[in-house]
Amino acid sequence: MNTIPMEYYLLISAFMFSVGVTGVLIRRNAIVVFMCIELMLNSANLALVTFSSFLGDPAGQVFVFFVMTVAAAEAAVGLAIIIAIFRNKLTVNIDEINIFKW
Amino acid sequence: MTANTEIFQLLPHLVIGVGIVLSVVIEISTKKSESILPWFTILIFVFAGAHSIINVYDYQILFGGMYAIGGVTAIFNFIFTIGAAIMVLNAVDYIKKSKMNFGEFYILVQSSVLGMMLMAGARDLFMIFIGLELMSICFYVLAGINRSRMGNTEAALKYFLLGAFATGFIVFGIALIYGTAKSTSIDQIVFAYEYFITDVLFLTGLALFVIGFLFKIAAFPFHMWVPDVYQGAATPVTGLMSTTGKAAAFSVLIIILSAVFTQNITNNFEILFAVIATLSMLYGSIVAIAQDNLKRMLAYSSIAHAGYMTIGLAAGNIESVSGIIFYLTAYAFMNLGAFGVIALIEGSNEENLDINSYSGLNSKSPILAGFMALFMFALAGIPPMAGFFGKYYVFVASIKADLTWLAIVGVFSSAISVYFYLRVVVYMYFKDSTSSIIIKNSFTGLLAVIISGLLVLVFGILPDTLFSIITSVLSY
Repeated sequence: MNTIPMEYYLLISAFMFSVGVTGVLIRRNAIVVFMCIELMLNSANLALVTFSSFLGDPAGQVFVFFVMTVAAAEAAVGLAIIIAIFRNKLTVNIDEINIFKW
Repeated sequence: MTANTEIFQLLPHLVIGVGIVLSVVIEISTKKSESILPWFTILIFVFAGAHSIINVYDYQILFGGMYAIGGVTAIFNFIFTIGAAIMVLNAVDYIKKSKMNFGEFYILVQSSVLGMMLMAGARDLFMIFIGLELMSICFYVLAGINRSRMGNTEAALKYFLLGAFATGFIVFGIALIYGTAKSTSIDQIVFAYEYFITDVLFLTGLALFVIGFLFKIAAFPFHMWVPDVYQGAATPVTGLMSTTGKAAAFSVLIIILSAVFTQNITNNFEILFAVIATLSMLYGSIVAIAQDNLKRMLAYSSIAHAGYMTIGLAAGNIESVSGIIFYLTAYAFMNLGAFGVIALIEGSNEENLDINSYSGLNSKSPILAGFMALFMFALAGIPPMAGFFGKYYVFVASIKADLTWLAIVGVFSSAISVYFYLRVVVYMYFKDSTSSIIIKNSFTGLLAVIISGLLVLVFGILPDTLFSIITSVLSY
């Protein structure tokens, strides 16, 4: 069986990361921005699993579990903050959330 | 080494960790938790800080190379715990005044301090990540602790989105570092740093990691969240984020680049750090001139201070590390003191933050005016205060590293910053009061201001007390 070379996984992961960064910079809905951040974390997970598998070292895969746990905690806090701001302002568009100069 | 001593060495962390659990129990089991929790929190912080500073010369690596105690870590733990204790003392009356007297406040402060301590002692990329997230997630919640207030939630959202964005960079950086160094151990990375750094993948990973932490220290191109978050969050929380949070991020930068600092390896990031330092100092100092809101002014000044400390990272020698650590200690106490005075003068609904509210303060409350003037002089870097020696040590380190131009830019930028710091002093002493603000007496708040004022004076008049400890522990 031919294995897929490591570079392919890394290119996919770099592509996902770039999509995430671009999304954070250009999208204006707080929830979509948050989804793009999750995409960045998942691209890092893919890179970690790739390296872990090709190095034969399980530490990278363990780290992925830490990242996933932390991402879940972050999602809980982030969505709570977005709900709190929606109750105050009735919008989640980050251009309209501007009582301070942004 | 037996397992028993390992546990004893980690006593400060254990006390805070058990304290968090106990605080949750106290919070849910008694109605009087709001009057117990602040003192309980201060008690464990003071214990942890004292334990760290007593064992400062006892440098050990625990748990199979995962975690270090003593040495530089102990000094950072001292900054975190004592800084947080001062902040809690200040917040006791503040959070009653602004009607957000929730017990969670103290539990979140304890958890964030535990996260910072994990970051400062980390000897493994896992530990750095876990500590960073423990600190950051608690800060997101603390920034928006008063959820019915628009400014608080807005600050929390902006901090959360930008903070999580930075986390994405850090995790991707860790993935690339792990892939090329084949290990997550800092010792392994430091050991073969010279060999790894020629690998472009490792360099990219390290660059992403450093960029993520430049977000956390609020250096120039990554500063856009700072003014809004610092202005929007509750004043004591801003004090905590701007001092201990910055110190924690710097501790990680010092750990990850320790090969550069200790082994005389070429600093690949010298130009990057030099440019970022220059831009942060000039941008922070110049934009702060135009600010009338004191919290916003201190936010821009915090960007400038991040710039001065980044000079130390650019210099990349052992003197610069001790300079950065001294600067962080001095900055922590002078900034906490300044935010402490602001919290005392602030009204119950986030009013009186404008510089005009400070006109004629000397006639209303000479003590507060005196301490505010002390902190402003210290932040500006006027000699007998601690801020001067922080800048002095960092500038000397940069001259030793042949970066004299950077030190000149630093001196130039501190000269600019004197304008907006002294403007507050001029308003307090030489202008007649225009507003009729009533300052609520708060014994604990005043005590917090006095303690930070004394620490600023002690570290300013006797800088050698701290600096000799820092230089001697750095030789490990």
